[in-house]
Amino acid sequence: MKRIALLGMPNTGKSTFFNRLTGASARVGNWPGITVDLMSAKVPLGGAMAEIVDLPGIYDLHGFSDDEQVVRHFLENTPVDLVLLILNTSQIERQLALALQIKQLGLPSVLLLNMSDEAKKFGITVNTSSMAEQLGMPVVLFSAKYGEHYQEAMSVVAAAIGASHPVQLESLREKLQPDHQIEASMEAVLKKSVIIPERLSEQLSDRLDRVLLHPFWGILLFFAAMFLVFQAVFAFGKPLQDGVAWLLELFKDYALEPLLTGLPAPLHGFLIDGLYNGVGTVAAFVPVIVLFFLLMAVVEDTGYLSRAAFLMDALMSRMGLDGRSFVMVLMGFGCNVPALMGTRVMRSRPLRLLSMLVIPFSLCSARLQVFLFITTALFTAKQAPLVLFSLYLLSFATAILTALLFRKRFQNNEPFILELPPYRLPTLRQIVLRGWHEVHHFLSRASKFIVAGVVLVWLLTHLPFSAQPASPETWAGLIGGAMEPLLAPLGIDHKLAVALIFGLVAKEIVIGSLAVIFSLEGDALTRAIAQQMDWVQAYSFMLFTLVYTPCLSTIATLRSESKSLGFTLLSLGWSLGLAWTLSFAFYQGARALGL
Amino acid sequence: MTVNLPTLQPGQSGTITAIHAGEDLYHRLAALGFRVGKRLEIVRKGCCSGPLQVRIGTTDVIMRRHDALQIDVKVPG
Ligand SMILES: Nc1nc2c(ncn2[C@@H]2O[C@H](COP(=O)(O)OP(=O)(O)O)[C@@H](O)[C@H]2O)c(=O)[nH]1
Repeated sequence: MKRIALLGMPNTGKSTFFNRLTGASARVGNWPGITVDLMSAKVPLGGAMAEIVDLPGIYDLHGFSDDEQVVRHFLENTPVDLVLLILNTSQIERQLALALQIKQLGLPSVLLLNMSDEAKKFGITVNTSSMAEQLGMPVVLFSAKYGEHYQEAMSVVAAAIGASHPVQLESLREKLQPDHQIEASMEAVLKKSVIIPERLSEQLSDRLDRVLLHPFWGILLFFAAMFLVFQAVFAFGKPLQDGVAWLLELFKDYALEPLLTGLPAPLHGFLIDGLYNGVGTVAAFVPVIVLFFLLMAVVEDTGYLSRAAFLMDALMSRMGLDGRSFVMVLMGFGCNVPALMGTRVMRSRPLRLLSMLVIPFSLCSARLQVFLFITTALFTAKQAPLVLFSLYLLSFATAILTALLFRKRFQNNEPFILELPPYRLPTLRQIVLRGWHEVHHFLSRASKFIVAGVVLVWLLTHLPFSAQPASPETWAGLIGGAMEPLLAPLGIDHKLAVALIFGLVAKEIVIGSLAVIFSLEGDALTRAIAQQMDWVQAYSFMLFTLVYTPCLSTIATLRSESKSLGFTLLSLGWSLGLAWTLSFAFYQGARALGL
Repeated sequence: MTVNLPTLQPGQSGTITAIHAGEDLYHRLAALGFRVGKRLEIVRKGCCSGPLQVRIGTTDVIMRRHDALQIDVKVPG
């Protein structure tokens, strides 16, 4: 099968083109020695199937950013039959350099000049046949987003792929001529085939930016926008999650239970409360991820994400992060999982890892449920909001501390220079495809790990079967007992330790697990908890719960996104250690003060 | 008069006379169209020593001030 590499500068519409061409069939593929995700898909082209690979956007084949190295590594190690180069026509005067670099490498290629619609608006005209002649490759002007001349582009591509042979690339670097030569050829091509007006007319984007990038209004609007996104995820996510839970319950009651009656109780419990619950845990994340990325697609495709980076950079650069990390950390307060996945917009690996290290400290909505329950049980209606607020502050403080401590280790050495694209309206298709791809990604990468974890915790809390579930005689109870010396100095007893083991799976089930552990429900459980511990213990427990570890799904996502077990363990180890230290300091300090 | 880029005020434009950047930054700048002799304009500056928004040709970019310090520009007068 022939292989086509899709190449272009960032923001030129590569993904838009790729999605139009491949629809929902694209998959994340594994390529030897490459640590970023590359999407690929098999599509029929000119009567045969061809595999098309979407390479990361790069500025320069000769450059040294992570992505530029990935692309070089790919081209050097994977024979391709054709390179499809996508450039943004309205920035042709600088982007053409990439076309000349490709040409010098002797790669068979087709140049797709995208955004014909915007070029028209700017008054830029291109004589494609003159350009094709000078470059020695077919050139088509089209719009990936609106489909203008798309068919024409595809037939040119089909013809080119039919005629081409795979090229083995060696000594890529040597073949690249010095940059000044490229510059000279570029001037020549431009002079002959492109007309650019002297001054660009003021665009709508400039007017919008005057408000949206305003030092005061811009920041206000930024927080308002974030708040809206956040509320939307909450407002629509919760009912959707409940709906999914309801469907799963229905399936259990009407299909699974009748099917499984007659099985011995332990096996029945294992299948339904272990395995099926694991599937349910995974499913509960699907609506949140879809929603989050529907909204992210809007934020990103409109060009607002780079604006947010501009607004927040002054603050974030001091912590070794950039403005985009801040957006993701804020998103993490809704749910850590999609926030971690969203860090993919940051193309420098150290920067991305540092952001991923920070995000799990965001007090997500699941942890909020635990805190709401405990604060209602132990604090008065007046105190409760203050207690909650202090936990939010601590969440920020631990995030900042983490960034400051680790910024040397994950030092980002790529210059922070981002393009500020004009504002654009995303199309529905783009938005929906984004949601679909991310869910698929999450399911294929993280679901096995999550189900296995849920099953493991079920086994721990139910083995041996002779013991009462979650009682001190179960394995979880034994572990809780064994950890007593470690947890007692924090004011956490063995029963709460078992709840913490449940909390590994998902914070949502901590309260449910307390019900099982105490064999009480509702108000009775609230009263029992209030009797069981005083406020110092309760606060220490909440502190520990806030920091010790995100849920299993977050861990699974950390691992699948970082592709590094070592990094995942570092993240876990650091949060466990920090949680212990904070709770210890708080509990012992409070006791020393006689509280 | 030649000054470094962050000295320019919003709305002011100048011509690049030198780029003193290291290899990484140099490449990125070159790919975005920053070359000696090119005209650029500061569109706005982020508050609290935040980044600069620079317009060069049809492209707008944001960059941090310490990176922008590496770029010398000539302004009239
Ligand atoms: N006006 C216009 N915008 C486009 C066109 N193709 C893509 N875009 C927009 O350009 C932005 C960047 O596109 P994307 O596919 O994410 O670029 P990539 O970074 O190269 O993958 C998105 O907001 C797209 O909606 C086009 O033909 N015309």
